[in-house]
Amino acid sequence: MYDVVIIGAGVSGAASARELSRYKLNVCVVEKEEDVCCGTSKANSAIVHAGFDAAAGSLMAKLNVEGSQMMEELSKELDFHYKNNGSLVVCLHEEEKPNLQELYDRGVKNGVKDLRIIDREELVKLEPNISDEAVAALYAPTGGIVCPFGMNIAFAENAAVNGVEFKFDTEVTGLEKKGDNWVVKTSQGEIETRYVVNAAGVYADKFHNMVSDKKLHITPRRGDYCLLDRSTEGFVTHTIFQLPSKFGKGVLVSPTVHGNTLVGPTAIDIENKEGTNTTQEGIDELINKAGTTVKGLPIRQVITSFAGLRAHEDGHEFYIGELEDAKGFIDCAGIESPGLTSAPAIGKMVAEIVKDLTNAEEDPGFVGTRKGILDPKTLSNEERAALIKENPAYGNIICRCEMITEGEIIDAIKRPLGAKSLDGVKRRTRAGMGRCQSGFCSPRTIEILARERGVDPSEITKSGGNSKIIVGINKDRI
Amino acid sequence: METRELICIGCPMGCPLKVEMDNGEVVSVTGNTCKRGDVYARKEVTNPTRIVTSSVIVEGGSLAAVSVKTKEDIPKGKIFDIMKQLKGVKVQAPVHIGDVILSDVAGTGVDIIATKNVL
Amino acid sequence: MLNYDIVIIGGGPAGLAAAVSAKRSGVESILVLERDKELGGILNQCIHNGFGLHTFKEELTGPEYAGRFIDQLKDEKIEYKLNTMVMDIAPSKVVTAMNREEGMFEIQAKAIILAMGCRERSRGALNIPGYRPAGIYSAGTAQRLVNMEGYMPGREVVILGSGDIGLIMARRMTLEGAKVKVVAELMPYSGGLKRNIVQCLDDYGIPLKLSHTVVDIEGKERVEAITIAEVGPDRRPVPGTEERYTCDTLLLSCGLIPENELSRSLNVEMSPVTSGPLVNECLETNVEGVFACGNVLHVHDLVDFVSEEASAAGKHAAEYVLNGAKHKESNAKDIPIVATEGARYTVPKTINPDRMDEKHTVRFRVGDVYKNCYVSVYLNDQRIIHRKRPVVAPGEMEEVVLKKEELAAFSDLSQITVKIEEA
Repeated sequence: MYDVVIIGAGVSGAASARELSRYKLNVCVVEKEEDVCCGTSKANSAIVHAGFDAAAGSLMAKLNVEGSQMMEELSKELDFHYKNNGSLVVCLHEEEKPNLQELYDRGVKNGVKDLRIIDREELVKLEPNISDEAVAALYAPTGGIVCPFGMNIAFAENAAVNGVEFKFDTEVTGLEKKGDNWVVKTSQGEIETRYVVNAAGVYADKFHNMVSDKKLHITPRRGDYCLLDRSTEGFVTHTIFQLPSKFGKGVLVSPTVHGNTLVGPTAIDIENKEGTNTTQEGIDELINKAGTTVKGLPIRQVITSFAGLRAHEDGHEFYIGELEDAKGFIDCAGIESPGLTSAPAIGKMVAEIVKDLTNAEEDPGFVGTRKGILDPKTLSNEERAALIKENPAYGNIICRCEMITEGEIIDAIKRPLGAKSLDGVKRRTRAGMGRCQSGFCSPRTIEILARERGVDPSEITKSGGNSKIIVGINKDRI
Repeated sequence: METRELICIGCPMGCPLKVEMDNGEVVSVTGNTCKRGDVYARKEVTNPTRIVTSSVIVEGGSLAAVSVKTKEDIPKGKIFDIMKQLKGVKVQAPVHIGDVILSDVAGTGVDIIATKNVL
Repeated sequence: MLNYDIVIIGGGPAGLAAAVSAKRSGVESILVLERDKELGGILNQCIHNGFGLHTFKEELTGPEYAGRFIDQLKDEKIEYKLNTMVMDIAPSKVVTAMNREEGMFEIQAKAIILAMGCRERSRGALNIPGYRPAGIYSAGTAQRLVNMEGYMPGREVVILGSGDIGLIMARRMTLEGAKVKVVAELMPYSGGLKRNIVQCLDDYGIPLKLSHTVVDIEGKERVEAITIAEVGPDRRPVPGTEERYTCDTLLLSCGLIPENELSRSLNVEMSPVTSGPLVNECLETNVEGVFACGNVLHVHDLVDFVSEEASAAGKHAAEYVLNGAKHKESNAKDIPIVATEGARYTVPKTINPDRMDEKHTVRFRVGDVYKNCYVSVYLNDQRIIHRKRPVVAPGEMEEVVLKKEELAAFSDLSQITVKIEEA
């Protein structure tokens, strides 16, 4: 019997779990995948939006600005990568300057600080590679970038350390009311709980509609992205948006916290909630649009393309709160962009709702800080030498592109909610995320995973389920 | 009279070769632009041979597997017989280049030898 | 800080041959740094035969070929460190390296030989659309799993790219019990050797589809099907030509990229064509005392030529160490070699008629298949080589031999041009 079951270990679910772990509550997160951060949270723009985009007065606007303001401190408490690089909305046509002003006004209304409209001259100083067409821009110094895996994992690890239970490979198949409680039916059996938090991303409408007559409708809105090699670092330093106009919405060009350049997303509404396949048309669109706001983008330096699904609810708003016709069921639905930015505020809001419903006491044992995986690249050569002496695994490079050591990979496997798969290691350490895209390190990482987990290498998967890398031994079928 | 068609492997040109045969005897080779094509065609239609390479499991060594090959050419038709015989073969380290792993593999009279040192 | 006369980055075929040659040229203090747990580099997983016909006049497998050079290295008592990753090379020739035993350490070198090899182009760099399940491997990764670890990466296989590694893996997977359904090649010709097409595909009835590419990858967890389509002259898929193959594996053999991240940190000038350093006839880069050879310089087809090139780099590095800047003294200027009209690049990029050996082999690649053509070399406007070739192809490296006497005798030589002329 739990106090709270959270459906989904994406960034909303994990943030909610972490905030709930401040209280004396028995919390469990159920996740259909093998790890945290496997859905919308892992494939997005990795942006901390300043907050000028969302409609004034909306919950989306409120949580966006709050989340953005919380991000820096939180990134220190929970040790994940965040950078306050500032963002620019670039206006390419003189006649659209009023739209820029409108965006500015909305930002001010939403409470975004330090917004300014800058002219071309200042814009070129900030971004020398800006398009020759650019006439002005909205400059949001509070905009930022974040490692989405890092934030999601940090929330989850911190929640786990503070007593939240995580059940992976556990798919929710049904929800039933039993007295005042809920029975959550899953692929691994039934779980009874007082409260349910529905943080199921693109599936949030499915669970909502199981218990409520006021239906939600979430459309998976696919966004394709291209990620460019770290050799492009510095091509742009701010996140560059195109001012939406009659000429189209454009795609963003942004640095990532790890020095890559990200281009995307497209926006294609689809039916399939698992439809994370890229398409030729999508990639072509990115390549065509990428040069609109910046000139000379080295798009040939692409190292991977991927697609993510935004959980777009018809009303384009966050739906967070206890359902009137399903007491004890708390929605955390419609979390699309700026969902990642808002996550800290979403977590806080969900926790407050639950606290008010339960009158839960604060847990004095709560530990609010967490140390991430030690990155030896942040150490001086002397410190690094000392680390290797103490633990030689830090002297063994496994991923040559990102220079990730065996020590970091072992840490990723051994820590709370540790990595079980290649993708799990990749999201935690970046091993396999570089220009060779794991061609070199995957056999070595498999070996380490198998050894540390005490299983046969053939058991190691790319991302859980049937995603096996090795299917047998030589000649076994001849 | 029987005709066999081949692609010459002598150079990137890849000449389409036609070999006319009578009772297993080569009557003529056409389509080649140099002598190498003629030699290749005659061998390939009368006695095609290959070197087979694979790897087998090593126990107690620094590596999991050791690469092996047929010491000499074997008849092309024996390739899969050789692979079958290699199935399940395990050797103990140390293994040295040239060590015989299997002798007279698949009745070819040719040995399988190691092509790598695994210590 | 450690001190060595020559530090060689990479213990594969290029690094091994360079080390042996440098030692035999009179330099005692040599260190080879290798990131893997054994010397030999990629040859260790190339267990097929066909290596060494030029160098040893016999056909060897990759590990045997590497073994010969490893023996030479050990006979010459050349020092090497395994499991050692070079983290940085400063322009002052200080190499920062790391391993488990010694931690981070620095080595001051007098000369450096870059021999880091190359890596495979990944699925991401190819912009292949579709899902991103398990079961997609670069051919080299699959080769390592099968040949060195004894694991099957899949049962039913589609291969994109008909470079030699792709062809070799088609045969290897077949022999080990997998079914290779098709090899698709984007170009209208194969990048592999004819011999490999016949002995790796035709021998096993594996179809090769030229002018085809992968247009979709299905499967959320593991590959379930691959769709290929024909491409037009613009290399874009032609709608309506799609063919779907159920399979669990996609192998990619779509080109190799010299691994030059360290060279860039050294400010070595690079060729946009080869993605390798620009070198003179001594295989020296624009950074004095820094030499390059093997696949880090330009991707080779035959390891024999890697060894030959690396031996030259080793010799010249030794001369540099023994004679200092004097090794460059010359009564002539460096003459640029321009590759044009079908020739894509040359190695070396410049040649000095005074400093060069009696004969110098210039290697290059062509950009397309040319039949009944001539390989021509011009000194300024005068044609000195006009060699008839029945066929040249991008997949096979070409060469011309320049003679010192011819270059030295030519007054006012300002440019050497290599080109393909049609008959």
